[in-house]
Amino acid sequence: MLVVNFLLLAAVLFCIGVYGVIARRNAVLVLMSIELILNSVNLNLIAFSLMHGNLDGQVFALYVIAVAAAEVGVGLAMVLMIYRNRRSIALDELSEMKG
Amino acid sequence: MTALLLAIDDLNVAQNVAFGIIAFLMIVAAIRVVTTNNIVHAALWLVLVLAGVAAQYILAAAEFVAISQVLVYIGAVMVLFLFGIMLTRAQIGREGGLNNKGWAIGIPVALLLLGLMGYVIIDAYEDTVLPDRGPAPTEAISDQFLSIYLLPFLALSFVLLAAAIGAIVLARKD
Repeated sequence: MLVVNFLLLAAVLFCIGVYGVIARRNAVLVLMSIELILNSVNLNLIAFSLMHGNLDGQVFALYVIAVAAAEVGVGLAMVLMIYRNRRSIALDELSEMKG
Repeated sequence: MTALLLAIDDLNVAQNVAFGIIAFLMIVAAIRVVTTNNIVHAALWLVLVLAGVAAQYILAAAEFVAISQVLVYIGAVMVLFLFGIMLTRAQIGREGGLNNKGWAIGIPVALLLLGLMGYVIIDAYEDTVLPDRGPAPTEAISDQFLSIYLLPFLALSFVLLAAAIGAIVLARKD
């Protein structure tokens, strides 16, 4: 396999995730797009680990998976709290911190 | 193009075909995640993307990471997402207003980013062939975790603990 295959697939997934973060209004959907981005990064790490014959890439991918799990847990708890306070999780309505 | 690909000796055709099929499914599913009007469907398409990523890990000889991906993402994160969807929505089904007013800005941004990254990647790694290595032994990964990466590993367990406690504190009713 060519390493370009993996890297291009990861680039496509990353760009789709970036589009999702920009375009989506629902907080849960934005979190899903962030998961797409994190997974594309992991794909890159695994491809480079195979390319160099070094396990460090796989170790880093496992770290990224664990941090992503923590991020989703805290993120969804925050979304739940916002929903409880405002009855809505539309991100463009959260403008209290605008000066 | 195909003749060129077949001319390279180390290239495994079956592996490439499998990669292509899975990659196509993943891209279609990822596009559905960011375009569908039904949040539950978006979560289910995301399962397909995550499973495809796990399959690509197996093709790239990273079995342990693939299993972790299935356990953590498909097993745990997706359940969290589905609970998040159910707890924050009144009805299940199609729904308007999932996109921002300025959602169209995302398309040129994503295409520009893709063009830039694609150019750089092809320029840098045009003909680099991945070596055909066997699966990485799991004990080698654990050796890495418990020797040179021990301190980050402990730090990571504190991060997970802090995230769990933080999520409980945030989501608690009081």
